[in-house]
Amino acid sequence: MSIQTLIDLPQNIKRGALIRIRVSISHPMETGYRRSSEGERLSRNIIKRFSCMLNGASIFSADLYPAVSANPYFSFQHRAARSGELTFLWEGDGGFKHVERVFMSVQ
Amino acid sequence: MISLGLRGSLSCRLSRILIHRDSSKWQALMAVFLTCVFSCSQAQTVLTLPTGEPQDARLSGFEFMGESTRALQLDASQNPAMLFVREGEQLWSALIGSKRAACRDCHGDANESMRGIASRYPAWDAAIRRPVSLSHRINLCRSRYLGLDQSQAESPATLALEAYLAFQSKADRITSVDDPNVFPWLENGHRLFERRIGQIGLSCADCHAHRPGSRLGASVIPQAHPTAYPVYRLQWQSLGTLSRRIRGCFTGVRADLPQPDGELMVSLELFLRQRAAGMLHEGPGVRP
Repeated sequence: MSIQTLIDLPQNIKRGALIRIRVSISHPMETGYRRSSEGERLSRNIIKRFSCMLNGASIFSADLYPAVSANPYFSFQHRAARSGELTFLWEGDGGFKHVERVFMSVQ
Repeated sequence: MISLGLRGSLSCRLSRILIHRDSSKWQALMAVFLTCVFSCSQAQTVLTLPTGEPQDARLSGFEFMGESTRALQLDASQNPAMLFVREGEQLWSALIGSKRAACRDCHGDANESMRGIASRYPAWDAAIRRPVSLSHRINLCRSRYLGLDQSQAESPATLALEAYLAFQSKADRITSVDDPNVFPWLENGHRLFERRIGQIGLSCADCHAHRPGSRLGASVIPQAHPTAYPVYRLQWQSLGTLSRRIRGCFTGVRADLPQPDGELMVSLELFLRQRAAGMLHEGPGVRP
């Protein structure tokens, strides 16, 4: 499966409003503790860090560990001061890196 | 061995379904409901399912879930099954296989052509002269017309496409089985539903027709209506088919596992569809 993301921002954001940003990504979050049905050890494959930037400045970030379930979902709040490009960045094992960009317009 | 073969009276079974709802609203509803059903049964007009359960007492597995799991299903930006729907949407138009063709080339825009398809599967396949489940049909189609090797049942691509098609049936009613070709399989499915299997010796009906609402370990037993397949099951951490869910029950009662796309499995799926006919299809749902 190719990497899919769901990014949810409110419509019509007013300046100064507290908004909720919700994102999820398709990822197996394989813990490294399991074995396949053939008995082979499944190597660890998790997202280690999620971060969200507005115009390059970090507004939210989180470290992830093997106990986080597959397809991790984040919901966080942000005080909308100005419009700009939101960058969502997921980084993980084996050089995993996925970036999504969404323009946030604040009136 | 626990004897689970006995059936309670109609009202007993109904109260068993509803007794686990704790709010007074539900108790009041139950009283009204039982009165209605009782008066109806006096007049012999209650619609009953093949298993003898009253049709209007049917509840989707959704009704047995906790608040947070329900919220997860209802919100499209949270529902993890939507990740698979998006993948399916891209696969629908992707040029693949030896013929460099896409599903879209034959079927057009899925938003129109695939409306209500998922709610009338399993259905008859004329070429192999047996009913097939939706995921099986997707695989057959991909091998026949796109020139792909027949992909494994429940491969990621098949699952994503099935989720995409289920999404096109969201809020449609599951249709009743009306194709005479599949009636023998439907009957067989009914027999399988009632037949005790495995070392534990339970039938599907023992739990899902006679004891829904009670608990098996920590889990609430639902009525087993396939209203939201393929489902994102939190226990699986992934999307899965009805066939996978049924195999889970087979493992639970320690029975031999049926083939994912075999005739036994499709018979059972067909019977479950008939049993749920008229209920709402929830599109790809979430289950605990």
